[in-house]
Amino acid sequence: MNNKDREKILELLEKNARYSAKDIAVMLGFAEDEVRSEIERMEKEHIICGYHALVNWDKTDDEKISALIELKVTPQRGNGFDKIAEKIYQYPEVESLYLMSGGYDFTVILKKATMKEIASFVSSKLAVMDEVQSTVTHIVLVRYKDHGITLAGIKKDMRMVVTP
Amino acid sequence: MRDMICDKIKCVKPSGIRRLFDIANEIPDVISLGVGEPDFDTPWHIREEGIYALQKGYTFYTSNSGLAELRDEICRLVERKYGLRYDSSSEVIITIGGSEAIDTALRAIVNPGDEIICPEPCFVSYKPCIILSDGVPVTIELSAATDFKLNRGQLEEAITEKTKALLISYPNNPTGAIMERKDLEEIADVAISHDLLVISDEIYSELSYNGGHNSIASLPGMRERTVLINGFSKAYAMTGWRLGYALAPAGIMEYMLKIHQFAIMSAPTISQYAAVDALKNGDKDIEQMRAAYDQRRRYLMEAFREMGLPCFEPYGAFYAFPDISEFGMTSEDFATELLKAQKVAVVPGSAFGECGDNYVRISYAYSIDELKEAVKRIASFIADLRASKNETRHLQTAMRVL
Repeated sequence: MNNKDREKILELLEKNARYSAKDIAVMLGFAEDEVRSEIERMEKEHIICGYHALVNWDKTDDEKISALIELKVTPQRGNGFDKIAEKIYQYPEVESLYLMSGGYDFTVILKKATMKEIASFVSSKLAVMDEVQSTVTHIVLVRYKDHGITLAGIKKDMRMVVTP
Repeated sequence: MRDMICDKIKCVKPSGIRRLFDIANEIPDVISLGVGEPDFDTPWHIREEGIYALQKGYTFYTSNSGLAELRDEICRLVERKYGLRYDSSSEVIITIGGSEAIDTALRAIVNPGDEIICPEPCFVSYKPCIILSDGVPVTIELSAATDFKLNRGQLEEAITEKTKALLISYPNNPTGAIMERKDLEEIADVAISHDLLVISDEIYSELSYNGGHNSIASLPGMRERTVLINGFSKAYAMTGWRLGYALAPAGIMEYMLKIHQFAIMSAPTISQYAAVDALKNGDKDIEQMRAAYDQRRRYLMEAFREMGLPCFEPYGAFYAFPDISEFGMTSEDFATELLKAQKVAVVPGSAFGECGDNYVRISYAYSIDELKEAVKRIASFIADLRASKNETRHLQTAMRVL
């Protein structure tokens, strides 16, 4: 299977991880076995790194909040940003970590937590690291869209039931 | 009061979809595969252009033939796609959907008694429009055995000295059939040798899954005798904007414009501004939607194979047209029973011409998840039908033995 075909499989799985190998094979016109082994290969190669449900926590009783932190750091000679990144992503509190271009260095997205937990993590773990120059913490107020899916309001099929 | 209604419209049969629509509307939670329009929203950048047009107050009439900028873009599009050149000031009009273009083209060419050849199954409005323009519809019955393509023999058989034009639509609603270049060449040949006009409704042109679409107007000698009709509804998911267009040689377009001018004035202005953006920036949207339709098409065809329901491979539009003749029911009965038993709405093939009665039209303008559920229900409906048929057969055998 070439890279283009792989990308087609990835695009479908990224849209809906619950598509079976058979579904994907039928939809793309590949053999089922081929798709199955290709997915396994991509899992091994860590191209596919996991499968998740997209949860709209706003509709549950959960009251935890999400925080996004802008981090400015001092890169280290020889290691650049990687060493610092590793120090940060080892924390289980960290959900995502990106190195950014622009006005600051890292975007740290924290796992949903209470305000107290977030405050404590930022002030006693992140801000005190030697390399960290400054932190700006943002709190997510409303999540409208995530992973390409609109969370705000369920979309209704507005078409008439039968049309020519 | 006297009967004020004209005979012509009384003769036109009501749409075969109406009855089913009424039943479906009464049943809650129907899964419909009966819709003839895309499930996608109009791409946001196009909607935004429409909103912007409103904000700027572009709420006046355009010229009768439509916004010059839009006509220019359309000419550029057909040149890019088919190498066809039209003069944007005298050979294009913007219409209210492809539907108006069909009606206008027919009214511009038909004298009372002229015969218009119309292969069936076809879109529901063709025959009524021919009748309303005082023409005589001459139908050709197509079948799955010939992939619902029109061929030279069938066409020649239908031609008389009264034949004026041929009205075709590929990719086809309801069958999903397409005509490849070599298929169209046969038809072009006949059209030229019998001096016929071709009205070619190519509204589904962008939804071809087996290589690109071919326009009959692009074949040698055909541009001068073709009215090419297309629009924005299917390609850009813009059905509600009501916007289509027609391209024809100036000598025909002059008269189409006259009808359009007096009947319609001009197509909706806001939609026209949005459509300019669709043509300029919409290629990628079409590509994405086409890929999604193609995946659904394959999914549906595989489901039919698993059910053992014969269905010819549709390579265009977003319809499949499976053969239901094994159940010995009319397509309308099949659709009605399916709706009542499993709450799945499909359109009886007879709505698209008598020869469609062995089929039902199933639209795949639905998400895979919706198709999955619908397919499950159709499979169980068909299994029940087959089981009860077997039972009857066993009973009959038993009776005979007794």
